[in-house]
Amino acid sequence: MTDNVHTGNVSTGSIPDERPPSNTVGPVAWLRNNLFNTWYNALLTILIAWLLFKAIPPLLDWLIFSANSFGTPPQVCRQEGGACWTFVSEKLRFVMFGTFPYDEQWRPLVTIVIIIALVLASCDRRFWKPWLALVWIAGLTAVGVLMWGGVLGLTYVENTLWGGLPLTLMLSVVGLSVAFPASVLLALGRRSQLPAIRVISVTYIELIRGVPLISLLFMASVMFPLFLPTGVNFDKLLRAQIAFIMFAAAYMAEAIRGGLQAIPKGQYEAADALGLNYWQAMGKIILPQALAISIPPLVNTFISFFKDTSLVIIIGLYDLLGTAKAALSDPAWRGFYREAYLFIGVIYWVFCYSMSKYSQKLERDLRRGHRR
Amino acid sequence: MASETRDTARPSAPGGVSFSLSDPTVRAVFYQVLVVGIVIAVGWFLIHNTLDNLSKRSIATGFGFLEREASFGIGESLIDYHPRDSYGRAFLVGVLNTLKVSIIGVVLATVLGTLIGVARLSSNWLIAKLASTYVEIVRNIPPLLQLFFWYALVSESMPPVRQALNPIPGVFLSQRGLFVPVPSADPVWGTMGFALAIAVIGVIFLRRWAKARQERTGQPFPIGTASLGLLIGLPLIAYIAGGAPTALDVPKLQGFNFVGGVVLTPEFFAILVGLVVYTAAFIAEVVRSGILAVNWGQTEAARALGIDSGKTLRLVVLPQALRVIVPPLTSQYLNLTKNSSLALAIGYPDLVSIANTTLNQTGQAIEGVAMIMGTYLVISLGISIFMNWYNKRIALVER
Repeated sequence: MTDNVHTGNVSTGSIPDERPPSNTVGPVAWLRNNLFNTWYNALLTILIAWLLFKAIPPLLDWLIFSANSFGTPPQVCRQEGGACWTFVSEKLRFVMFGTFPYDEQWRPLVTIVIIIALVLASCDRRFWKPWLALVWIAGLTAVGVLMWGGVLGLTYVENTLWGGLPLTLMLSVVGLSVAFPASVLLALGRRSQLPAIRVISVTYIELIRGVPLISLLFMASVMFPLFLPTGVNFDKLLRAQIAFIMFAAAYMAEAIRGGLQAIPKGQYEAADALGLNYWQAMGKIILPQALAISIPPLVNTFISFFKDTSLVIIIGLYDLLGTAKAALSDPAWRGFYREAYLFIGVIYWVFCYSMSKYSQKLERDLRRGHRR
Repeated sequence: MASETRDTARPSAPGGVSFSLSDPTVRAVFYQVLVVGIVIAVGWFLIHNTLDNLSKRSIATGFGFLEREASFGIGESLIDYHPRDSYGRAFLVGVLNTLKVSIIGVVLATVLGTLIGVARLSSNWLIAKLASTYVEIVRNIPPLLQLFFWYALVSESMPPVRQALNPIPGVFLSQRGLFVPVPSADPVWGTMGFALAIAVIGVIFLRRWAKARQERTGQPFPIGTASLGLLIGLPLIAYIAGGAPTALDVPKLQGFNFVGGVVLTPEFFAILVGLVVYTAAFIAEVVRSGILAVNWGQTEAARALGIDSGKTLRLVVLPQALRVIVPPLTSQYLNLTKNSSLALAIGYPDLVSIANTTLNQTGQAIEGVAMIMGTYLVISLGISIFMNWYNKRIALVER
């Protein structure tokens, strides 16, 4: 039957069967398009592939195959080369919790869990409701009770013993949550039509943003004691926390100012037309929109702020970086800096990278909301 | 406070009290007086306490201490410095060290950042992936951690001074840094500097003349080659005319350290590499977004006109991308300069570190912190003014 059909129109000549073009799909085509599309790209590809081939096997060998773990003493580690993960397992609790009393270290651990849970919950847009603020207050109270103790049968631990990851997380989370309302006020002040208020806000923001964070920390550590009446004294942690709040407020105010500037003038006029007063207009119409626009830059401020908490090492507090450095100064374990910095580097990286991915996702979602 | 001033014209309610808070003008004045009053009260409270505390601890205020003998050594300095010199001179050494690391850092970070930003847009998959991996790793790790890592890498992996590595004759590598021979002092260096200055002025005039000629006749002039020739040629002639001295100042081991030559200290190396690697990741993103902001149609149009790819980049894409790039790039330069204060943590003698030593020795906390903040404000302001001037120059002139 098929023969008949074919023979019927054979004279016109059927188009010969051709193979699909091979150069558009498949791994070979992918290679040609993405790695060898021009002669200099081909050259670069070969050069980089050769460098990677030279670099990666020794790196993997150091990281995994010749690495020593659990229980290998430092002397053996030094002789054998390769990463010494014993250092991390030996020093893990010190690096994570600092000098917090050993038997009580479940408390900072629970603190870490609470803070991470709070942050994760705040990332979900379904939870962006007024009661979230109450959850935060409850969570931070629980954190305070756990870290200080002294109530509910927990022994009292003074905050000079705090350290490690809980300190890093608390400095950033408490700093940001206190700085946020202050930054909203500063941003509004900067856009205010009252000259005195505008000048004060602008001066504050530009002054803080013009100097390095270290100088603020110095101010906190050497000048705050002079500022206070005789007999009143803050401890080091609180002083550092105040410096961080001052710093974060100025940077967040600028992020929020961007959001305020993006609100069309018609919105202000509409608020005026409705007869709303300044605070009603801001609270009900302008700020909700401005804050939604500022969320991605705010998250970027959070990321840099989280990284900057590592500077407290300079005024002698032991955050995550501080404890890692202190662990390295143990004579028995000197020289394992690669392991130590790699370990805490990964911790910092996981926090910052997930925040930045979240901010990118949020930016896409919010833009979708604005599309018509 | 948009609503308040805008409706000042509205007459107050009939029979209302003239000093009522519902009158917008009165309200505006009231709030401002209130806020200014609070700021002044807080300020007075702090100053009062401070003066009180200072007199109790019998610390003299003022900057008189700057003329006293510093009596501490500084590891590296651009100008002559001796522990017998004054605190003022020590501070100047610190400022110069900060400027040195910032300027070199800004230049290197711009070069590296631009390379990586362009690499992220490469059609070569391997290069693009490597560049984005670099950016994602580097910018999500605290800069201080990176500094500590670089510093440990030099100070822990390099041999001690006595077993210094000697890869090329005259070059020594040890825990104390990299020692490199330099040409010994000779009058010809001064002459060469003078020749270079003349060459720079010549280039400026040549550019002006070439531009005028092109506008008049339409003939382009090979300005790049000519400038390069001037800049290299004139100093070279001066060098040969000066007898072409070849004497070298070679570092020699003397006591516990090397003497002579030029040294790249581990502290300087760590702070420079740390700042450059960290800031380059951010500059790469700035450059990438700037290039992406230029419409692809512009490149296609240039190609359709038969302009080659180098000229397309230089005359079409870059001028437009720069408008997007310059403002965020300014922030990155400011960040790099401010981050150079992290040098304190690894012992590079920048201005913060020297001011810190000073205030620890003298107890002049307020003056010390004020000097740090003041200097950074001046530097930041300088960078902002320069970059804003540059930004204005390249900004789009709309009719």
